Amino acid sequence: MIGLEHYLTVAATLFVIGIFGLFLNRKNVIILLMSLELILLSVNINFVAFSSFLGDLVGQVFTLFVLTVAAAEAAIGLAILVCFFRNRGTIAVEDVNVMKG
Amino acid sequence: MSVFAFYLFAIGAIAGGFFTVVSRQPVHSVLWLILAFISSAGLFVLLGAEFVAMLLVIVYVGAVMVLFLFVVMMLDVDFAELKAEMAKYMPLAILIGLVILMQFVMAYGAWQSNAAAETLRTQVIPTDRHNTEALGLILYDQYFLLFQLAGLILLVAMIGAIVLTLRHRTDIKRQSPVAQMMRDPAKAMELRDVKPGQGL
Repeated sequence: MIGLEHYLTVAATLFVIGIFGLFLNRKNVIILLMSLELILLSVNINFVAFSSFLGDLVGQVFTLFVLTVAAAEAAIGLAILVCFFRNRGTIAVEDVNVMKG
Repeated sequence: MSVFAFYLFAIGAIAGGFFTVVSRQPVHSVLWLILAFISSAGLFVLLGAEFVAMLLVIVYVGAVMVLFLFVVMMLDVDFAELKAEMAKYMPLAILIGLVILMQFVMAYGAWQSNAAAETLRTQVIPTDRHNTEALGLILYDQYFLLFQLAGLILLVAMIGAIVLTLRHRTDIKRQSPVAQMMRDPAKAMELRDVKPGQGL
């Protein structure tokens, strides 16, 4: 029988893969954004799994808000990416040091 | 049967996530990520959260991933060059992944569900309603302010994305509807009295 632990294991694995991807693709902003989506997805799996196994619907409501924020973040991130590409002709993050912050 | 479905979707999600990260072509990455999202939607269906599963398929696969696909195909980037240094970052990435994995395993070993968790529930899942109906009943009732704030976040994101990417190109000819509407015969044509045999 499939229990809560199985779902938590899947979510934890996806989270670790997401972090791994963040460090592996340091230059490619598109893959960085996709890794962020993976991390948010793993959080969603956790929310829904706990919601289902505890019998509390609020976890699914929270998943909706996480999805909203993730969609907004993807849209803004890609818009910044397109803007940056137009100005510089590349998407390498290492070139984003004009302000020398 | 549900055990088989769980392992199918779980392996799909994890394989999709892994190949998203290591794939050499960004287009392949997007397609693997779509596999991960669809598999997760399957997991959500198994958990009884049909509405969130459909939301994941429609909003994520249908909108956000297509947006990613558009951007990947629109930008003319030499991805092979970006990927060339992937081997350089591999040891650090593996190290940090292992550290986080160990932390998860340690936390997981010490974790146990609170015995009072059942009594702490705020919205018990009703058995006589469908998932979507029950979700709508509490989303539009108790979480209405949060719902509207989510709409505000989407509005801000939409305005931000438009402002960031809008540009007014001056090197192309464009139609001016106002100028067209303000035309009248007095401005548009000129009457000349052409003398015979002379022309203009």
